[in-house]
Amino acid sequence: MIKNLLRHAVAALAISAGAALAQPSLKMMIPANPGGGWDQTGRNLAAAMQSAKLVSGVQFDNKGGAGGTIGLAQFINASKGDPNAVMIGGMVMVGGIILGKSPVNLTQVTPIARLTSEWEILVVPAASPLKSMADLVRVFKENPGKVSWGGGSAGGTDHILAGLIARAVGVEPARVNYVPFKGGGEAVAAILGGHVTVGVSGIGEFAEQVKAGKMRALAQSGPARIDNIPSLKEQGIDVELGNWRGIFGAPGLSPAQRDGLVKLVRDATETPAWKATLEKMGWTPVFLAGDDYRKFLDEDTRRVGAIIESLGLKK
Amino acid sequence: MEAFSALLAGFGVALQPANLLWGLVGVTLGTFVGVLPGVGPALTVAMLLPLTAKLDPTGALIMFAGIYYGAMFGGSTTTILLNTPGESASIATALEGNRMAKAGRAGPALATAAIGSFVAGSIATVLLTLVAPLVVALALKFGPAEYFALMIFAFVTVAAVLGSSTVRGLTSLFLGLLLGLAGIDSQTGQPRFAFGIPELLDGVDVVVLAVGLFAVGEALHVAAYRSRLAETLEAVRGRATMSRADWARSWPAWLRATAIGFPFGTIPAGGSEIPTFLSYAAEKKLSRHPEEFGHGAIEGVAGPEAANNAAATGVLVPLLTLGIPTSATAAILLGAFQNYGLQPGPLLFEAQSALVWGLIASLYVGNLILLILNLPLIGLWVRVLTIPRDILYAAILVFATLGAYSMHQSWVDLLMLYVFGLLGFAMRRWDIPVGPAVIGLILGPLAETQFRRALQISQGDASVFVSQPIAATFLAVTALVMVAPWAVRRLRRGG
Repeated sequence: MIKNLLRHAVAALAISAGAALAQPSLKMMIPANPGGGWDQTGRNLAAAMQSAKLVSGVQFDNKGGAGGTIGLAQFINASKGDPNAVMIGGMVMVGGIILGKSPVNLTQVTPIARLTSEWEILVVPAASPLKSMADLVRVFKENPGKVSWGGGSAGGTDHILAGLIARAVGVEPARVNYVPFKGGGEAVAAILGGHVTVGVSGIGEFAEQVKAGKMRALAQSGPARIDNIPSLKEQGIDVELGNWRGIFGAPGLSPAQRDGLVKLVRDATETPAWKATLEKMGWTPVFLAGDDYRKFLDEDTRRVGAIIESLGLKK
Repeated sequence: MEAFSALLAGFGVALQPANLLWGLVGVTLGTFVGVLPGVGPALTVAMLLPLTAKLDPTGALIMFAGIYYGAMFGGSTTTILLNTPGESASIATALEGNRMAKAGRAGPALATAAIGSFVAGSIATVLLTLVAPLVVALALKFGPAEYFALMIFAFVTVAAVLGSSTVRGLTSLFLGLLLGLAGIDSQTGQPRFAFGIPELLDGVDVVVLAVGLFAVGEALHVAAYRSRLAETLEAVRGRATMSRADWARSWPAWLRATAIGFPFGTIPAGGSEIPTFLSYAAEKKLSRHPEEFGHGAIEGVAGPEAANNAAATGVLVPLLTLGIPTSATAAILLGAFQNYGLQPGPLLFEAQSALVWGLIASLYVGNLILLILNLPLIGLWVRVLTIPRDILYAAILVFATLGAYSMHQSWVDLLMLYVFGLLGFAMRRWDIPVGPAVIGLILGPLAETQFRRALQISQGDASVFVSQPIAATFLAVTALVMVAPWAVRRLRRGG
């Protein structure tokens, strides 16, 4: 009986090892802690790939902090020329690289595709005395340092949004008391516990908490009302900011290897599973692949750099 | 009640045939590696982690629970038969267990250790089920200042508890803290202690440090001091079963030990060493056969082993609810959870309810598989112990190297592995515990982040650490732990 069980166990191990060798499985670097937007993007994309049997398996590696540059450094170091390695990234990383004067940057990896864009949301815990955006602006203008803004990494979209709002309401952006977390997921606990005044992140990262009534949404950064959450614009703050996310391949891929990954990602984004994810998360599909994506990256690096410069966030 | 139905759903997942099979594989591998002399649970978990990476999260977690419990069971087998505790928590077991084996009672000793581990592990898992949701409610009150104070408390207790002296413990801790600083700073993005080497930008991997300090260090130590090893493998005669009298003496010890072990596991005080010794002392005091202690008293095995398992389960409470690892094994587990997309912390139970309860259910299942599988297989594990040391440690070195390289395919990781191996050898040579270094590496950056966040929110006002009651309490207790032993000595000398 026991010998039999053991034999089965060994067989199972052998089979799984065999399967892993026969079909390439993907290694995915998620340069943020679990629970944030990159994590959601990566894991949902992987699920979409698996739902269509495009890959045999996906192995994740979460490495958060510093706008994703810690994960980026590891990705560059560990996966040179590996056609089965991918990394999630986006506008936050562009900002993080600029603000942190990062020793690694996105020109060292192979752009595969831009995937989604998401509007940002401002939330307070349900028990907060701040009932509206106007309340927040009032206390912020009275004493900017007293209002702590919790969001993702410094220099990222969340930080930039806080700076843009400050400038729009007439407070010097450099006075924003910004508290960076390793992704929106990590910030959730601090916001719910009331340890920061206001939370800033992608809508999808706080959606569940808002729906459950544990957080109150004050505004979002889209052009018009979304799910009955007023935009910043309709509340008289002239700011509109989207946060894009995308996927990258390892450094030093051949054009054929890159095209292989582009096809894989394109196929994944056409699955019903991915479309359901977009719907659920409120993400806008903004697919852009290969060279066009590289061009967009260059432009966005200049754009984000200019914003960070003009806001005086760089110290 | 909500927890109960969630747990039932967790069982639904854990009991699927494929998942049971993974549990079986995990238990078998965990026991096999755990049984190797000098290899404790922390190292076993670190070495076997890469194996689970390719599975779906549920299968991986279940295999993982098997490895975790298997490693502990394997460790106690070695302790009893060879008298080489793989970690400090097994020292108490060695005291009576090896004597029993020498007296030809290895079977009952192994049985009481295994069944006691099962009983304590199961009760502790029930307690975890009940306690964790309560702690979660409390955990939301923890802001950066509270987290920082709690981590300082953990640092000091861990350093003071593990090893032969506080200075040695602190030495090891600060080594870990220093290594934790290497890489890109998560708050500002600035590289620190990277010396222009790109591979160092992402910091030191905890698995590389743990495997280097534990495995390579141990292999070097054995190679250097092999001639001084005077150990004999005790034979197991007959089956691993207990007589009626053994049962009668064991079960109260198991229950008492669980009551001691679980609470100690839940507070950040260095894991299982204190509760195992407390349990040993309690059994010695309460036993109706105190004269047997020192000559192989079964209570002296039953208690510490149960306490060890209860504490090891208790450690999961701060790990799952606060994201704070309080033992070397837990530090490695934290990294593993993150790879499964689990961010331990107050929101884990809410956001990833299915996975967490699946994990807890798989702890029950892993425990049971262990009991069913391992008692009859004890002969096989004993045979593992007869492998000549030279071959065994050569193989451990090979696996350690493969494991460290397979993570990031980086030669810098390999270099670090061997440098840490030399360091681990030196630390063993001078009796410096290696556990605090691993905890320092993981907990140090977390503590730093919370410290800086607290100051950012308070706009540089350091009084936040003492003006808030929870944080102030932790810091006060920490100061007490630091000063108390010294004060007691002074008083004794004075009086």
